[in-house]
Amino acid sequence: MRLPSLVARHRESLAAWTMVAPALVVTLIFALYPVLDSFWLSLHHIFVGIPSLGRSFIGLENYFNLLRDPVAHQALFITLAFVALSTVLEVACGLGIALVIHERFRGRDFVRAAILIPWAIPTVVASQLWRYIFNDQYGVANLLLFNDRVAAYIPWLAYPIVAFGIIVLADVWKTSCFAALLILAGLQVISDDLYDAAKVDGAGAWQRFWHITLPLLKPALLLALLFRTMDAFRVFDLVFVMTQGGPGDATQVLQFYGYQTLFTEGRLGYGSAISVAVFLMILGLSLIYLRAIGSSLLERRRA
Amino acid sequence: MNRRLLLALGIVGTVGLSVGPFFWFLLTSFKSQAEIEAVPPTWWPSGGLSFYRSVLFDHHLFDYVANSIVVAGSTTLLALLIAIPAAYALARLAIPGKQGILAVLLCVSMFPQMAIAGPVWRLLDGIGGLNHRWGVVLPYVALTLPLAIWILASFFKELPFELEDAARVDGCGPWGTLLRITLPLAAPGIFTAAILILIYAWNEFFFALLILTQPEQQTLPVGIALFQGEFTMPWGELAAASVVATLPLIVVVLLCQRWIVSGLSAGAVKG
Repeated sequence: MRLPSLVARHRESLAAWTMVAPALVVTLIFALYPVLDSFWLSLHHIFVGIPSLGRSFIGLENYFNLLRDPVAHQALFITLAFVALSTVLEVACGLGIALVIHERFRGRDFVRAAILIPWAIPTVVASQLWRYIFNDQYGVANLLLFNDRVAAYIPWLAYPIVAFGIIVLADVWKTSCFAALLILAGLQVISDDLYDAAKVDGAGAWQRFWHITLPLLKPALLLALLFRTMDAFRVFDLVFVMTQGGPGDATQVLQFYGYQTLFTEGRLGYGSAISVAVFLMILGLSLIYLRAIGSSLLERRRA
Repeated sequence: MNRRLLLALGIVGTVGLSVGPFFWFLLTSFKSQAEIEAVPPTWWPSGGLSFYRSVLFDHHLFDYVANSIVVAGSTTLLALLIAIPAAYALARLAIPGKQGILAVLLCVSMFPQMAIAGPVWRLLDGIGGLNHRWGVVLPYVALTLPLAIWILASFFKELPFELEDAARVDGCGPWGTLLRITLPLAAPGIFTAAILILIYAWNEFFFALLILTQPEQQTLPVGIALFQGEFTMPWGELAAASVVATLPLIVVVLLCQRWIVSGLSAGAVKG
């Protein structure tokens, strides 16, 4: 019965469009239009709250200013450092976790649930939690390291490099298990026969991991890297709660700088230029990744 | 033997590191102010509910919980209502430009919130959505639709064609087939999508911070992020509020671990 009449086919495509339409409308209004509007706003000089100044079209001036803005440079540098460090650590930890939860053992379901807890916790709660752990007086970090030698207690978040490191640590703690699940899905499709054959040929555990697991896992690892990179670029909650960009500008990331410019200072035009810049960077990065993933999928098919 | 020892270490390590930090917050929430401020801090609480009492009655925690339930609940319902037919059409029916629609949705799921924050704020300002819970639900629905549609479409694709074909022969239109045949079969997929949307909406902070500036409307993450005492940081109350905000999620994770794992990796392997 795969030969519907013309009328039925017409009815089907009409029904299909009515089914998709609401999703498209919502996406159009609250995602696609705003991106275009951001770009349009970024070509203007606008202040929120001072409508008398009006909005004057200034072309690309906001972007030229952005290129000369030292805080924006700092925020870009910090964001890239954060993205690079956290994603690499997350995929590495994720691989470790995935290898553990891929094994068969009693209580595996419980372990899988336990590692989901950091992922499920609201980021805001995780931020307050790590802020408390590294608190100079009441934190458990100092308690573990120095116990009752109170004079040695360290105000961790007061040091720029350490504060940056703690934000990376909190992000790695919160999201490694997400990377682990993507990698686990990749592990599950590797056939046991390959390992058995390698064992027969006398390959040790390390050799099997290096020559079978890792190469076959490449698409899953790249995918985890892609998702984590996109997400790390958007880091906001951790910085807002733990450091507000400080100390100094040590944890000033692009999303937080954009938020401050847009909503604290009300510079709608300049803030939009920052938004668009972030958007274009993420778009570029994801295209590079998708290319790499696409070609690695092809390789696997050819093999 | 060596391998089993390594595995045991791995299990203990991952579980300890995953659960340990939050356990410290859990302990803190049952301490007294004196135990928190002791020098050095006390490890174990003597067990008291003073912080829970204070956060519930002096800091209106129930209002925040109620707002979070309303926001997360309506986001989930609305997003599913829109995503289910869309995913069905994309998985099963002939639509011109199907690949294009899926690609656009994938793109949208990667948008940084910043890229749409200003215009969304202006849009909600225009339609009077600022400082209303529904004002935050609208962007949440838009931002969770891509994930929901991807998960649901991958579930719909796995279902056998035969039942649907039989329904067609009996004169069922596309809507009838979706509602009577496919929907009941796809219940696990819908459940998975619902959990992920629910967790997203319960935890989201950025848009909630922008849109809900009055405490009466704010959700738990905003309340917890902006929580401040008069003189010192009220860590005990903060820990208690965090436990209240997180406990439902932990219950969901323990009960629905399988669905979450399959949902998070659904788009990834098959895509």
